[in-house]
Amino acid sequence: MADSSDGRPSGVIHDLGYRPYAGPRLGGREIAWSFFVTGLRNTFGLGRSGRSKVLPMTLFAMMLLPALILVGVLVQAKDVLGLDAQIVSYSTYPLTTQLLISVFVAAQAPALISRDLRFRSITLYLARPMPRTVYVLVRLASLAAATLVLIGVPLLLLYLGGLLADLPAGRETGRFLGGMLGAVLLALLLSCLSALVAALTVRRGLAVAGVIVVLLVSYTVVTTVQGIAVGTGHPRVGEVAGLFSPFTLVNGVQRALFDVPRATPTPPAGAAMGALYVAVVVLVVAGSVAALLARYRRVSP
Amino acid sequence: MSTSSRAPVHPTVVRLGVRSVFGRWRGVLLFALPVVLLALAVLVRVLVGQDRLAAQSTLYGLGLVVITPLVALLATSGLLAPEIDDGSIAYLLATPVPRWQIVTSKLVVALGCVVAFAAVPMLVAGLVLRSDDPTLALGFGLGALAGGAAYCAVFAWLSVLTRHAIVVGLIYLLIWEGLLGGLLAGIRWLSISRWSAELVDRVGGVFLVDDLPAAYAVVALVVVIVLATWRTGVRLRAFNLTGDE
Repeated sequence: MADSSDGRPSGVIHDLGYRPYAGPRLGGREIAWSFFVTGLRNTFGLGRSGRSKVLPMTLFAMMLLPALILVGVLVQAKDVLGLDAQIVSYSTYPLTTQLLISVFVAAQAPALISRDLRFRSITLYLARPMPRTVYVLVRLASLAAATLVLIGVPLLLLYLGGLLADLPAGRETGRFLGGMLGAVLLALLLSCLSALVAALTVRRGLAVAGVIVVLLVSYTVVTTVQGIAVGTGHPRVGEVAGLFSPFTLVNGVQRALFDVPRATPTPPAGAAMGALYVAVVVLVVAGSVAALLARYRRVSP
Repeated sequence: MSTSSRAPVHPTVVRLGVRSVFGRWRGVLLFALPVVLLALAVLVRVLVGQDRLAAQSTLYGLGLVVITPLVALLATSGLLAPEIDDGSIAYLLATPVPRWQIVTSKLVVALGCVVAFAAVPMLVAGLVLRSDDPTLALGFGLGALAGGAAYCAVFAWLSVLTRHAIVVGLIYLLIWEGLLGGLLAGIRWLSISRWSAELVDRVGGVFLVDDLPAAYAVVALVVVIVLATWRTGVRLRAFNLTGDE
């Protein structure tokens, strides 16, 4: 083919008219941003199959439903019941709905983390210019942002409803911002813990069960210990126990920082215990990010 | 061959099942759950001594409602779902072992896990909490055994019905029994944990659920176990391997 009759090579590269990509090439920042947005959308099932949308959207609706009912009661029956504040405070709402939040995180963390490891699509990501540290941090950010949407939007609904019902605007805004800080901390803690559990296994189902075991068992143990501690006059034991579940931990931080209404039998009392709660949040987040990075350092591309 | 096909369980399937349950991290989680229960029992005993209410809330709130179903879920999901997931169930189904025998063999392994990681730890935790009242411990041990068996059967059925058996099982467990069960009293008629709690009430002499006939609870548990096991076998007999979403 390449040789003509006189023995000299005569091969030609034909120009078929295909045009190379000549547009702007975006840098690492844009790659990370679009990866973040894709992850955030995927967490709610957007851009995935219809069946993947059912669970996150249902959970989101179930998170909104109590807030909607509370706002309705507040607007309709404010004068009848003599209400001058939110029926359920912003800091208590995530504790009330902790089962829904746990299921959401448990179901969606493996969808973001485990599938890449299982189906080896991690190889494709790591072959791109994005460093693996950025991959891990962006995945975490997507999960945390999605969890924040799940926790924060009902709080926003409560806040807007409170304003419509003529609650004192300045006071409500302060409380709402405090509640949102708590939501951010909770989203961070939950996504760090669940991502760590999910990164330890390639089996999606096992990762889901693992996250649920960690969140549900810790919460149940903490509430049991706190209930018994307050009943028998050992409040210190209950306060220390509160450190062991993300939900009570974040509620304790809010109690220590903003003096929100108590949602657990034994909230942290005193500045030292409050500081310990804050320190544990920082330590857990930093520790799980470090552990995740260490885990992904061993992933071979 | 003829003797093994008539026995209720197939030893090789059981042996493979045990290995797949304890593979990877599943075994760690399975061991961790009873350890947490026993540690809490010791802590409560140290804090309050022998107290009826504390013992009851620990054994019911953590043991019967959380640990028992989670042990059943972890054990059952390690038996069928991974094989269906990676397609290796085809090799098992291609052997001349009857399908119902595969199901019963797998469920025997799951039941063994429930005994080892839920029922016996509940019994021990009950004895730690109330060494003066062994019937309470016995009641909770029996309740965990019956409830765990029913959960195993249901979760096994789920895992041949859908690829998302764990998520569906957790939704039943947390949303239906946990969240809605706490709000709507009528759910006690359709809740495995309430039925097993009624069993505990009868044997252990406590009062966990009201207005639920013990006969109904027992019949419902038996019906669920038999029905779910039977349907799992039927479903496995006409099993199609399908791709992921």
